[in-house]
Amino acid sequence: MGVGIEVNLLNAWYGANHTLEDITLHIPANEATALIGPSGCGKSTFVRCLNRMHETNPIAKVTGEVKVGGVDIYSETSAVEVRRRIGMVFQRPNPFPTMSIYDNVASGLRLNGFRVRRVLDEVVERSLKHAALWEEVKDDLKKKSGASLSGGQQQRLCIARALAVDPEVLLMDEPASALDPVSTAKIEDLIFELKSQYTIVIVTHNMQQAARVAERTGFFLNGKLIEFDSTHKIFTNPSDKRTEDYITGRFG
Amino acid sequence: MVRIRFQQNLDDLKEKLLVMAGMAEQAIQRAVEAYRVRDLSICDLVDRGEMAINRLEREIDQMALDLLAMEQPMAIDLRFILAVIKINADLERVGDSARAISDRVRELQAFPEAEMPIDIPRTANLASAMVRKALQAFIEGDAEVAESVLSMDDSVDKLNGAAHYTLLNLMKKEPAVAPQALNALMISRALERVADHATNIAEDVIFWVRGADVRHHMGAAAGNSKADGK
Repeated sequence: MGVGIEVNLLNAWYGANHTLEDITLHIPANEATALIGPSGCGKSTFVRCLNRMHETNPIAKVTGEVKVGGVDIYSETSAVEVRRRIGMVFQRPNPFPTMSIYDNVASGLRLNGFRVRRVLDEVVERSLKHAALWEEVKDDLKKKSGASLSGGQQQRLCIARALAVDPEVLLMDEPASALDPVSTAKIEDLIFELKSQYTIVIVTHNMQQAARVAERTGFFLNGKLIEFDSTHKIFTNPSDKRTEDYITGRFG
Repeated sequence: MVRIRFQQNLDDLKEKLLVMAGMAEQAIQRAVEAYRVRDLSICDLVDRGEMAINRLEREIDQMALDLLAMEQPMAIDLRFILAVIKINADLERVGDSARAISDRVRELQAFPEAEMPIDIPRTANLASAMVRKALQAFIEGDAEVAESVLSMDDSVDKLNGAAHYTLLNLMKKEPAVAPQALNALMISRALERVADHATNIAEDVIFWVRGADVRHHMGAAAGNSKADGK
């Protein structure tokens, strides 16, 4: 099951550049939360702070509190454990090109020491089913490489890979921006299905996509969270003029 | 300003709706004048005008549909286009009401003139004023002006209610003038409907400006804070 995320006074820097300022919000469990805003507004940095990827950059710094399921990921657990609990899917599908479809999905489990064949088989099948890819690849699991799949299939493979380690949260950074409309629709349907079991945070430039898949939406601008509300409210009658100007295309 | 073409399209849509609004308002004035002076040539103008209003209704709907499909508007722009679609339908029905009055005037030609003890011009003036004010609210994006329209509707309802009572009594007392009284009753009813359409238009303006749905006296306070900040 998904867990809620409590963010309190989160600040982030790249060198001297203060990229996130005093972000405080509550992301509810088992919902999709969309983050929107113009390029460079801090939304991707924000999701990278949620699984401690931001700190992998030597000039980056983070302060504040991020509690996932009540546990502070910066003071109460390791970065490795955080990344197991919080999976991430990126803009461009990045399957391991030399690995088979099966090995791509099993890779996270093997890294965590799982070797039992029966367990791996079960997890690979379950993850591919959750990612709505099983029916398309079940006959080629070990014959084809991840790179042989179409773009949309590769992205669902990456989602399956993220799901295989049984995370509670799934972060998605523009997961459909490189995909055609049919593949995009499949990813959106998938997000809808996955909500029942995972908490989903999705960064998107596609506002219609945010409106379709997310219960809540946050609008970032210049490193600040300007507005965070139900998606319905944000897209029909936002409270802040800056949100309205952005979503109606008056700037950005 | 980004999306300049979209803004231009929204302006064009507004302009076209205002053209239609002017025609609808004129249609009511002409229809009431036709009734007052029993002039069928004015009825012809009303009928031709109504056909032009119908054409505009289709054009405006098409423009709005195109903008929804092509531009995927959000927030205030989305509310504006929805409001335009609904106002468009109300204005078309104002045209229908004018046509209904015109039809009654034609029918009255078959009967001798009879003085009706009700004030049709007063009802017509009030209903027209409501339409004018609702459109002023639309032009200026002013929710407060729109609110003032809502409060005028009761007066027209009362005038229509009184006309109904008076004309029914007249029909009982003087069956010879029943056809004239019945037509007057239907004209009063048509004007009352015009006032209802003006009320709908005002409600749509409030929805556009404030994002508040005030129809059926529900949720009048919703969204006021944003409008106050504009």
